[in-house]
Amino acid sequence: MTETDTDQPAEIQEDLETTPLAALHESLGGRMVPFAGYRMPVQFPAGILAEHEQVRTAAGLFDVSHMVQLSLRGPSADATTAAVEAITPAEVAGLKPGRMRYTVFLNDEGGIVDDLIVTRPAQDEAETDRLGLVVNAARRDADLAYLGERLDPSITIELHDDRALLALQGPEAAAVLADHCDGVGDMLFMSAATTTFNGIPCGVSRSGYTGEDGFELSVADSDATAVAGTLLADGRVEPIGLGARDSLRLEAGLCLYGHDLDETTSPVEAGLAFTIGKRRRETGGFPGATRILGELADGARRRRVGIVFDGRAPAREGAALIADGATIGHVTSGGFSPTLQRPIAMGYVASAHAADGTAVAARVRTRELAGRVAPMPFVPTRYYRRPA
Amino acid sequence: MSTHYTRDHEWIRVEGDAALVGISNYAQEQLGDIVFIELPATGKSFKKGDEFAVVESVKAASEVYMPVSGEVIEANAALGDDPASVNSAAETDGWLVRVKLSDAAELEALLDADAYAAYLGTL
Repeated sequence: MTETDTDQPAEIQEDLETTPLAALHESLGGRMVPFAGYRMPVQFPAGILAEHEQVRTAAGLFDVSHMVQLSLRGPSADATTAAVEAITPAEVAGLKPGRMRYTVFLNDEGGIVDDLIVTRPAQDEAETDRLGLVVNAARRDADLAYLGERLDPSITIELHDDRALLALQGPEAAAVLADHCDGVGDMLFMSAATTTFNGIPCGVSRSGYTGEDGFELSVADSDATAVAGTLLADGRVEPIGLGARDSLRLEAGLCLYGHDLDETTSPVEAGLAFTIGKRRRETGGFPGATRILGELADGARRRRVGIVFDGRAPAREGAALIADGATIGHVTSGGFSPTLQRPIAMGYVASAHAADGTAVAARVRTRELAGRVAPMPFVPTRYYRRPA
Repeated sequence: MSTHYTRDHEWIRVEGDAALVGISNYAQEQLGDIVFIELPATGKSFKKGDEFAVVESVKAASEVYMPVSGEVIEANAALGDDPASVNSAAETDGWLVRVKLSDAAELEALLDADAYAAYLGTL
């Protein structure tokens, strides 16, 4: 028996980094694998299906400390804002204090260098010249090179490598966190604040990558184990590994860089046109604007779509997508949806085949799996919006 | 009715003039939650070492190899609706195929339960 497309055991790679929670993961029975240069738990003894279900029905704690937290500071708030607008299609000027936004770094061809979150700190921080960024661990070197080359020289980059990042996700997340942090219950989706967790200084945002309500907590490395231990002591919370993180984000229709996005993919192709601010559509001024604005006007050659398959056999990354006997694209993420109990995937197809309901098959080994284009998210998201 | 094992974590157990083949309990633990198993058609013949099935867990697809040469006389139809029975009973109800052996002498090259357990201890 040979696994064909999974990570190698962590033991065989020597130069892996660890997060401050590595010892905790191992004490909980986490199966550690290499991921983006880090030794991370792919699953805990409960297993991926149980962990997935835990996040959909109660709450799960993820260690996302491998992600890169950094701050950009310029001579003024306007300077920092302009510097970020020069490399992303985001409307950053309109980003209010305490709010955050999903966006992308772009290259001159309009391709995505990385996807990221940009946060304007809450006003009470009195740090109006600062913007906070969280970028992918696997893109750390590429992003730092890109910023070094592209960022206005008046902007300084501060890496927060001494901070851990924990994600608490699921319908019980808000109730759990409210026992330890003040004011989090009223926070809106994609907002950020500075608070304390049982007295420990903590940056908190109402965000995540599972499709559920939830929070991300940024704490000093030295506080990470105490915060995680407190949350895991709550009967509503279980530890969750990378395996369930992947199946949860796939059900939520969310992209994983290096799989669903790369330097050739434009935001329009990727279905991320919402990252292009209204003002930016009129004024441009971001790398690759010619291509991207052209695709907004005329449509892109290919599109990222969701696909649901009949039967139970999963179509995974790399599988060719077939329509009318011709290859029309490839799967970029795929697997078995624990919630829907059927295989789902996302991939890129020629735009003529991108409409919901279009019949598409995936070639898996010697077989063709019948499926059709379906809207994403595959499973309804439950982000916390302002109460009606 | 002893069970033989391969270093690739398949098992084979002779029952009468045929044998059941599956993946070991260690293998299912490594794979995690199994969601689909692609099994060969009845009547298909394989040589020792040939890929004959694919086990899909939530995270990965894994090929399964024939421990000996033989002809498939039955595939475990119950796995279609309940692939997770390979997780719960890998070396009993979770068998994959029943085969007619081409050469029973090939069994001698495989590990017995004690030798397999010792091998797992080295991993």
